[in-house]
Amino acid sequence: MYRSNVLVCGGTGCTSSDSLKIVDKLNEELKAKGLDKEVNVITTGCFGLCALGPIMVVYPEGSFYSMVKVEDIPEIVEEHLLKGRIVTRLLYQETVENDTVKSLNKTAFYAKQKRVALRNCGVVDPEKIDDYIAQDGYAALGKVLTEMTPEDVIQTMLDSGLRGRGGAGFPTGLKWKFAAGNQADQKYVCCNADEGDPGAFMDRSVLEGDPHVLIEAMAIAAYAIGADKGRVYVRAEYPIAVKRLQIAIDQAREYGLLGEDIFGTGFNFDLELRLGAGAFVCGEETALMTSIEGKRGEPRPRPPFPAVKGLYQKPTILNNVETYANIPQIILKGADWFASMGTEKSKGTKVFALGGKIEHTGLVEVPMGTTLREIVEEIGGGIPNGKKFKASIFLSTTITSSKSAQ
Amino acid sequence: MLKKISNLPFKGTPEQEAQLKEVIKKHLDDPGAVMPVLQEAQDIYGYLPIEVQTMIAEGLNVPLEEVYGVSTFYSQFALSPKGKYNISVCLGTACYVKGSGDILNKLSELLGIEAEECTPDGMFSLTACRCIGACGLAPVITVNDDVYGRLTVDDVPGIIGKYKDA
Repeated sequence: MYRSNVLVCGGTGCTSSDSLKIVDKLNEELKAKGLDKEVNVITTGCFGLCALGPIMVVYPEGSFYSMVKVEDIPEIVEEHLLKGRIVTRLLYQETVENDTVKSLNKTAFYAKQKRVALRNCGVVDPEKIDDYIAQDGYAALGKVLTEMTPEDVIQTMLDSGLRGRGGAGFPTGLKWKFAAGNQADQKYVCCNADEGDPGAFMDRSVLEGDPHVLIEAMAIAAYAIGADKGRVYVRAEYPIAVKRLQIAIDQAREYGLLGEDIFGTGFNFDLELRLGAGAFVCGEETALMTSIEGKRGEPRPRPPFPAVKGLYQKPTILNNVETYANIPQIILKGADWFASMGTEKSKGTKVFALGGKIEHTGLVEVPMGTTLREIVEEIGGGIPNGKKFKASIFLSTTITSSKSAQ
Repeated sequence: MLKKISNLPFKGTPEQEAQLKEVIKKHLDDPGAVMPVLQEAQDIYGYLPIEVQTMIAEGLNVPLEEVYGVSTFYSQFALSPKGKYNISVCLGTACYVKGSGDILNKLSELLGIEAEECTPDGMFSLTACRCIGACGLAPVITVNDDVYGRLTVDDVPGIIGKYKDA
């Protein structure tokens, strides 16, 4: 048992501002002080508040240090981790109130958020499968394989109202139902991780912060439609995501959570990574599958839809990373729980990447139906220098004026 | 964008060829092998000259035209080698309106090569790139990992000189 746990963000934003050097320095200082058996240093995925990176959180106190520099580490180790005195000047000032430290969940940035897809980002070490399992990881796969029929799984997805998070919003359960209904000697489960829209890094953060959730969800999908092979298509511009996902796949194979006879139920499923090579069009589903086949990534007309003839002309389902990230939680907590969040037609939560002229650039997850104004002005902290919010560009496609942001 | 194809002589070593053969062998049973093999071949050689593409086509038993079709489709596959110093000129919107086009022309004139080409001595290669996110410093070029910003055409000879003498 460790006395303290220090979580350091290893997401793309914080890594670019030297968070990995901070981890090295922490380990070095802790060793020099003889604290390395008492204090555990964990590199996690994205916390979301990229504007304040590099981010470091010390538990059990929950002290949220922001914009930490390598030079600050000796002071944090000496004062906080050795003597137990929080270094107030380095704390995120929103968490300091009348000289007491308040919980991060009470700050404006986190209070309105509801984290489902990002549940483990900034919580677990993405390179350790045991961390994921400790957070009920792979319990949903176990439940599906031992207690549910493929029809039950599809019905749960339909009841949850989960719609594709890649942009088109197609009901996930319906997609699975079509693919399950087609008989074939081979079916495939694919994941679209070719997130190419400028300014978008929702999928990137899931891949980097919680790669096992994707593996678990794809295995669940495979069971539901009767597939035993999966492919994840990741863009080569995401090197950290590629590395962590490969580590996760190797660990899952080692633990018998990928491969043959998973959980002793006779269910087989294995997963392979495929890298893109810088073609924006490959984010389109038919182009993506053509690219996995090793060809020029050109789209092909539909129908036939992938559920009928997809990868190598076999029935295939293709979902986005964020869609998959919701699935294990839906299985564990039930379709009603998921459907209780969101609006009449759009259930659950949605992740947004905030960038540009906004105070808290970063990643947020909110219930569907949250207004743009709440996201920009309350969670996002508004426009810098007290300027007025006039308009926003939505995922590089729609320009929204502030009047319609209600 | 049309890809520039290198006409410099191929300088592959037997060690590189052995490595490539190993990669091809590993992917032999994989129906979608062309892309991963091209990616690993580019790691070995730094670029994909036609000699390497021919070896891949023969090794995987697919037509050369198919390999060539793939290597010319994806922007990350380079058909031209990179020099010891790779100069990237940002032609993103902010840099372009601040005159990065003129800077590219000046570099091209001084080095005697077009964008996506490499000098015969292997010292310099020239790349026209998309926004590198340093718009506040526009116009920007990078030489390997060094970033030069707020440039004018007159700064170009000095920057090249610095690396020529190095």
